Amino acid sequence: MTDKFISIEGIAKRYPGAAGGATAVFENLWLSMERGEFGCVIGHSGCGKTTVLNILAGLDTPSEGTVIVDGQAIEGTSLDRAVIFQSHALLPWLTVLGNVIYAVKSKWRGWDRAKVRAHAQTFIDLVGLTGSEHKRPSELSGGMKQRVGIARALSITPKIMLMDEPFSALDALTRGTLQDEVRRICLETGQTAFMITHDVDEAIYLADKIFLMTNGPGAVLAEIVENPLPRDRGRIDLHRHPYYYALRNHIVDFLVSRSKSFATDTPGHDPRNVPVVRIGKPELSIASVSDVTHDELKQASWQGLSRP
Amino acid sequence: MTASLRFRAAIVSIALFVAFLGIWHIATRGAAPVASMNPEYAKLMGLTATQGKSAMPGPLDVGAKLWEHLKRPFYDNGPNDKGLGIQLGYSIARVGLGYFLAVIVAIPLGFLIGMSPLINRALDPFIQILKPISPLAWMPLALYTIKDSGLSAIFVIFICSVWPMLLNTAFGVAAVRKEWINVARTLEVGTLRRAFTVILPAAAPTILTGMRISIGIAWLVIVAAEMLVGGTGIGYFVWNEWNNLSITNVIIAILLIGIVGMLLDQILARFTRMVTFPE
Repeated sequence: MTDKFISIEGIAKRYPGAAGGATAVFENLWLSMERGEFGCVIGHSGCGKTTVLNILAGLDTPSEGTVIVDGQAIEGTSLDRAVIFQSHALLPWLTVLGNVIYAVKSKWRGWDRAKVRAHAQTFIDLVGLTGSEHKRPSELSGGMKQRVGIARALSITPKIMLMDEPFSALDALTRGTLQDEVRRICLETGQTAFMITHDVDEAIYLADKIFLMTNGPGAVLAEIVENPLPRDRGRIDLHRHPYYYALRNHIVDFLVSRSKSFATDTPGHDPRNVPVVRIGKPELSIASVSDVTHDELKQASWQGLSRP
Repeated sequence: MTASLRFRAAIVSIALFVAFLGIWHIATRGAAPVASMNPEYAKLMGLTATQGKSAMPGPLDVGAKLWEHLKRPFYDNGPNDKGLGIQLGYSIARVGLGYFLAVIVAIPLGFLIGMSPLINRALDPFIQILKPISPLAWMPLALYTIKDSGLSAIFVIFICSVWPMLLNTAFGVAAVRKEWINVARTLEVGTLRRAFTVILPAAAPTILTGMRISIGIAWLVIVAAEMLVGGTGIGYFVWNEWNNLSITNVIIAILLIGIVGMLLDQILARFTRMVTFPE
């Protein structure tokens, strides 16, 4: 690992248990991401995904361990880490423009009114809400609300975007469009993004790395799956890609069965050295990042499907 | 059947009102005069005894008297004979002042209670004990310590309107959606700015509801308070007219108390609507 832009180092979250003890949602969790990467965490409810994200955002504190972002241990919330909330969390008494302006003003307190407005307008245009600036959130559809949430998060030009199941409340069509938007924006701006989802296809479409978490309590990061699909992948022909089903099956298998039995099946699991899974060979290979060349990836084909 | 619901409701309202006036009129109409009576006694008792007229005035009496008052609302013929406008003005001024003081105290304190669980717990027993005390029970204490009946009435208004506002503000502030607070936190908004830009607008509808309850209670209490302290005000007017045995004036005062109370409530309702946001 060359450039650890985000490094989660041995964090744990415990809650006081019933019998005086403590229940650990997860323990000794290590995770790192590079600059410009898109990471997705997948796991069942209760594995502490949201807690990990909240800790990254600074909204929650770990019982143990630290999180380092861009070479600095994080302390509380920061304007460098923008959060897109599941429930969009717009302030309903402000207009679309007002919501974005509120964020812009929080970051650049010295800016004059016109500059703040122009800056906010840029990001409203970016998410395709031109013309709806003066509407209230209650007048917007779910998808439009989440667009405002994205514009608000982007407007403060954060180092990292944190997304907590941002599209789970939306219908499938809207979700698709917004995924396209987010992917486009992240690629264009080179944004580092960390997203929580339980939608396997969403993770495959958006993520560079997919983090699989086992079931809680006592959840661990089981595997890091590298996305073998090309960076310029499109939504429409995604499922035609030779690696698509192998990747999808691997993740679904994990969620269906292995997420439950992982702890008993893998006694020697080292949370500091989580296996990196690359898909595309007839059989799953567990490799570290360095020893797989680009050529090997290209050779692999449909055989990947025959994995038992 | 194109008449709107509103129109039909208005018709029913007017019909009910006319029926009420009619029954009132018939019920208070004079009966046959009493035949044999000591003339001196008859003179003393007036029409009530001699013509069997009810002591309760009819709607026409009240209407005539009301017209008289409305023509001269602000006359001042000395301590016991002032126009209704002046009396109502005194009452509204007292309510306004006591209520204003209550707003100044209750809203910041409610904010503090809502934002700090420690202060919430610490103040809770005091609030629980002080809240159910009838505001008039404070009157002797207020009269003794303040030594001014006018100020005591204002204090009583203050003490009765402070509780609903305090509790509603505390509740509204504590119930602000966590996600809105989190938005402010991720944007590194300071505590004071957060209080004004997120918590205040989010809690405003609840706070205004408390203020609306308070103004209603304050207007209820002022009548009783002025009956006690005397001198001026619509409450004093009611009691004074009772002592004068002018039931007509008492009825007029009751009517006006109702109308002013409704107006105060409507004003606050309008403010509440202004700060309410759709979600």
